[in-house]
Amino acid sequence: MKIIVCIKQVPDTTEVRIDQKTGTLMREGIPSIINPDDKSGIEAALVLKEKYKAHVTLLSMGPEQAELALVEGLAMGADRAILLSDRAFAGSDTWATSLALAYAIKKIDYDLILCGRQAIDGDTAQVGPQIAEHLNLPQVSYVTDIVKEENSFKVKKVFEDFSQSIRVKTPCMITVLKEINEPRYMTVGRIFDAYNEGQVERWTINDIDMDPALTGLKASPTKVKKVETKGAKTAGKVFEVDAREGARLIVEKLKEKFVI
Amino acid sequence: MDFSLTKSHELAQRLFREFSINEVKPIAQEVDEEERFPVETVEKMGRYGIMGIPFPKEYGGQGADILTYAMAVEELSKVCGTTGVIVSAHTSLCSAPIFEFGNAQQKEKYLPKLNSGEHVGAFGLTEPNAGTDAGAQQTVAEKKDDHYLLNGTKIFITNAGVADIFIIMALTDKKAGTRGISAFILEKGMPGFTIGKHELKMGIRGSSTCELIFENVKVPLENLLGQEGRGFGIAMKTLDGGRIGIAAQALGIAQGAIDEAVHYVKDRRQFGKPISSFQNTQFQLADMQTKVEAARLLVYKAAFLKENKLPYSVEAAQAKLFASEVAMEVTTKAVQLFGGYGYTREYPVERMMRDAKITEIYEGTSEVQKMVISASMLK
Repeated sequence: MKIIVCIKQVPDTTEVRIDQKTGTLMREGIPSIINPDDKSGIEAALVLKEKYKAHVTLLSMGPEQAELALVEGLAMGADRAILLSDRAFAGSDTWATSLALAYAIKKIDYDLILCGRQAIDGDTAQVGPQIAEHLNLPQVSYVTDIVKEENSFKVKKVFEDFSQSIRVKTPCMITVLKEINEPRYMTVGRIFDAYNEGQVERWTINDIDMDPALTGLKASPTKVKKVETKGAKTAGKVFEVDAREGARLIVEKLKEKFVI
Repeated sequence: MDFSLTKSHELAQRLFREFSINEVKPIAQEVDEEERFPVETVEKMGRYGIMGIPFPKEYGGQGADILTYAMAVEELSKVCGTTGVIVSAHTSLCSAPIFEFGNAQQKEKYLPKLNSGEHVGAFGLTEPNAGTDAGAQQTVAEKKDDHYLLNGTKIFITNAGVADIFIIMALTDKKAGTRGISAFILEKGMPGFTIGKHELKMGIRGSSTCELIFENVKVPLENLLGQEGRGFGIAMKTLDGGRIGIAAQALGIAQGAIDEAVHYVKDRRQFGKPISSFQNTQFQLADMQTKVEAARLLVYKAAFLKENKLPYSVEAAQAKLFASEVAMEVTTKAVQLFGGYGYTREYPVERMMRDAKITEIYEGTSEVQKMVISASMLK
C-alpha cells in the first residue's frame, strides 16, 4: 500500500498575539509547526504503515522553510518527503494550491491520499476535497477511524451529533480530524538522518508538468477584498455582589446598551 | 568558531522540549513526593531514542552526538531532575564504558537493549569507605578457573533498584593499589547479587539510589570490562564523561527554575504592580540568566571536545563545578523571588532547589572537580 500525506506548515497560532494598534498578527518569533490536523494525517499513515507495511510519502507546497515540517514528518517515521516550491505558486488560493498538489500527486504512485481536515491559519477545509475533485477520486472528509479492507477502506465520518460508517474504494482521498489519534514524537536518530542524508526532495513546477498559467495568484479565483480583525475585547469588569444586586446590575447594563 | 546549533540540534532540542513538557512535567511533583521511579517515562524515552542518543546505529543507538545527549538531559532536567539523572547515569556511566572499553561481543550483547531502554544501566564505584577516595576499594573479585568470585558492597548507586546491567569496580589484586582495580559487567539476578537499602534523599527523590551487595557472585571471565587492573582508569574516564551529563542536569535545573520565576514575577502583584516591575527582581533575573548562559557554554564546550575526541576532562570538571554551583545559587534565588509561596510544595522551585544540591556532590564533589582542574594547572 502506498500513502501520500499532504501537509502544511503553519504558524503556531496558540502563540500568535495581535498587535492592538494595527490589528494584525504579530508573527515575529512565532514558531512554525505542522498543521495539527495534518500531523494526525501523518500519524494515521504511520499506523497503517506499521500494520500493513505501507510506504508513506509526505507532500507539501510552500516556501523553502517548509522543509522543517517535512523533516519533522520524516523524523516521525515517513519514508519520503517532497517539497513543492516555486515562485510560480506564490499567492495561490485553495484552488490553485490543490491543483498544483494534484499535478504533483499524478507523478507519485498511491492508493490513499490523506489530508488534515483544515489548516489553523486559513480554516477553509477546501484543499483536501479539491485535490480529490481534480483527480476524480472518491473522498471522505472528517474521518476519525480508518480500517483497511481488500480494495477499500471502512471509515468513520463524524458530524456534530452523529457519525457515518462509510466504505470507500481505493484509490481515494480522506481528510482526518485531529481527534483520530495522538501523533507520536520524532525519534532522535531520524532527525539526524533526515538532515544528514538530505532526504527532502525539491520539486518545482517543471517537475510536475504544469502550465504556470494554471497556478499562483493570477490563477486564483479567490480575491481577497479586505482583511480585518474583530475589535479586541477589553477586559470585563468583575462585580462581587449577591444574587439580587447582581440581577439588578445586569438589568441596568442591558438597558444601558439598549438590549432591553 | 561557530556558536550556532545545527538544524538537527535545533529540531532535537524541540523534540526534548515537547517531550519534557508533555510527558515529564505533569508527573514531576508526584514522582518527587512519592519517591517513585518513573518507569513509564523510561519506556517512552526508549521508544523515541532518548536512552541511546550518542551511540552508533549498529548497536541500536541513535547515531547522534554528545551535545545532543547533553541537550536531552538539560531539557528533561528543566522540568524534572530525577528524569535527567536517570538518562545521565544510564548513558554516561553504563552504556558509555561498555561502548568505549568493551570488546565486540560485550557491545553486541549489552548495547542494543540499553540503547532501546529495554534495559536500564547503573555504575558501582562508591563504597562505604571509598567515596572521594575512590581508590580505597574493598570489593574483591577473586579470579577462579572460569569466573571471578565477587564479594563486597557498593552504596549510593543511581538507578540501582531498576537497573538490569551494572558496571562494577572491584579489586583483582589487593596489593597493587589503584592498579589492582578491575571493571566488570554484572547482570541483575546473578546469584549472590542483591539490591540492599533504598536511600531516602533530599532531592532527585524519584531516582532509585540503593546499596548493592555481592556475596560470592560468580562473574564469568568474559564479563571483565577492559583489561584486568585497568578498572580505575576506566572508572575515572567514565566519570569524566558522566560529568558532562551531570553538568547538563545542573544547567537544566537552573534554567527550569528561572523559567518558573520569570512566569511567576509577571503574575505576582505587590504594592499594586507585578513584582517584575521592581528593579531588584529584574537585576536578580539578569544575574541568574547570565550565569546559566555561562554554564551552558562550558557544558556545550565539554560536549564538543568529547565528541571530537579532544582532551576534555578538565573542561568537563569545569562545566560540572560551575554549572552545579550556579544551579544551587539560581534555584535558591528563585525560591526567594517566589517568597513564601516558593517555600511551599505548591510551586516547583523548592523541589528544584533540593534537586540542585546533589549536582555539587555526586560524580565527584565540587572539591574533586577543583582537584582535577588545579592538577592540570600545576603539573
